[in-house]
Amino acid sequence: MNLRKYIKVYAKFLHTSLASELEYKTNILIDLVTAILSLIGSIFLLSIFFQNSNTIGGWNFEQALIIQGIYTLLNGVTNTWFNPNLTEIVKYIREGTLDFVLLKPIDSQFFISLKRISPSGFLEIMLGIGILLYCFKINQIYLNLSFLVLCFITIICSISILYSLWFFISTTTIWFVKTWNATEVLRSFLYVGRFPLNSFSFSLRLFFSIFIPIAFITTIPSEVFLGLTQLWKILLEVIVTSVFVFTSRKFWLFALKFYTSASS
Amino acid sequence: MRSNLINHKIFTLLKVQYSNMLEYRVEIALWAISGIIPFFMLNIWTNNNLNESINISEVMLSRYFLSAFFVRQFSVVWVAFSFEEDSLMGKVSPYLIQPLNPFFRYFAQHIAEQITRFPFAIIIAFFFFIFNPESLWIPNFDILFLSILSTFLSFLIQFLIQSIIACLCFWTEKASSIERLLFIPTLFLSGLLAPVISFPNYVKSWIYLTPFPYLIDFPANLLSGNETNISGGFGMQILWLLLLFPFFKKIWSEGTKKYTAMGS
Repeated sequence: MNLRKYIKVYAKFLHTSLASELEYKTNILIDLVTAILSLIGSIFLLSIFFQNSNTIGGWNFEQALIIQGIYTLLNGVTNTWFNPNLTEIVKYIREGTLDFVLLKPIDSQFFISLKRISPSGFLEIMLGIGILLYCFKINQIYLNLSFLVLCFITIICSISILYSLWFFISTTTIWFVKTWNATEVLRSFLYVGRFPLNSFSFSLRLFFSIFIPIAFITTIPSEVFLGLTQLWKILLEVIVTSVFVFTSRKFWLFALKFYTSASS
Repeated sequence: MRSNLINHKIFTLLKVQYSNMLEYRVEIALWAISGIIPFFMLNIWTNNNLNESINISEVMLSRYFLSAFFVRQFSVVWVAFSFEEDSLMGKVSPYLIQPLNPFFRYFAQHIAEQITRFPFAIIIAFFFFIFNPESLWIPNFDILFLSILSTFLSFLIQFLIQSIIACLCFWTEKASSIERLLFIPTLFLSGLLAPVISFPNYVKSWIYLTPFPYLIDFPANLLSGNETNISGGFGMQILWLLLLFPFFKKIWSEGTKKYTAMGS
């Protein structure tokens, strides 16, 4: 694979999609306000839960705030890359324009996943990082290089799992065509990732560890950030991530065999 | 004769939109599933015994959240998104020529969607009762009638607010981002994620003057048999409708004067 070519193509993608998004400047401004309000809202909700209780599922407020930070960061990534790109798959398949993507001398998954970018998600990423830094301060976490590397690895892992989930669901469009709302279902399940997994009942916890791996998306990274996790959990996270990424890739290649273009 | 004609119009609109919606039943089923967030919230509340601090028993709280789910299912509005798309695609022009306000078309679309959605919501409620058999209850006829009425009023309020936002399309093209902004306070303050009674006092002191608690909290309390001020709730719902309607008429007439078809 020619890495230089891909970097060059990605720079072009960035250029074109930023240019078209910046057409709507007020739109971006409104999206920024939305991101801030949404964060205030979820902290408000969290404060209601902690109103009469010191811990929820064994997490105190300061620790639960870390989960909010990670969730906000991941939500920013989702809004910047996954949402604008992967919801387009439905359109490609309905209108048969996936033909043009497949004909290009470039990997189709790369093209579909990274073509567009939505700058308003950036602020959410910043907000998430800001909260995380604040949490480091209030939880008195001592920063050193190996700790930061571990944090970085787990965040990359959870972004990859999240991406694979989105991509997996979007791929099913090749068979079902009309599934705009499938990603909405995923979104609403992921909403649970704002709260410590331990605060749910056992059956839901099981569901959110196996079917929708929220445990790996927000809980384990938060534990890593708090310095509470064991090494085997991090290793497990890396293994789960590779399985997800590998499977979603294979699934896409498998699904393409069933693509018959529109009206044929 | 005239009333017959109006009846005929309404009937035809509904019939067309209902068959249109049936075509998208999988979509609607998915959408119904994506509304189950209140159940996750319920799980946090009861699993951590948070309900004790606000003096609501577990059974009453689970009824509340089930009712909130129902109210939300039948008051979802997306007219701003539909209108934005139609206006960007230039589909509004032919609608404007017809002797019928285009918003009647969207209104019929929403009603038809609710009819299509009804069986799915019932199925979800059925599963809810399998997992929580002790929370099963049958509201008496008066209460049922009143709560359906208040849910419908809640739907009307949201429909009016969103239609006002949709009319902003005449000025800004992308009005859906304003709708997404307004959705944030609706999400956190309407009682979908936590009953309004659990809010801290500094919020409770002003929230009952805003339309938010009457969107979900009031109808849900009514349906689930929790304590609520029935006449006050209906009064505020009607007051907000009376306030919003002239505003909508004004912005609609201003907007249509301003309207220029795409490409002109």
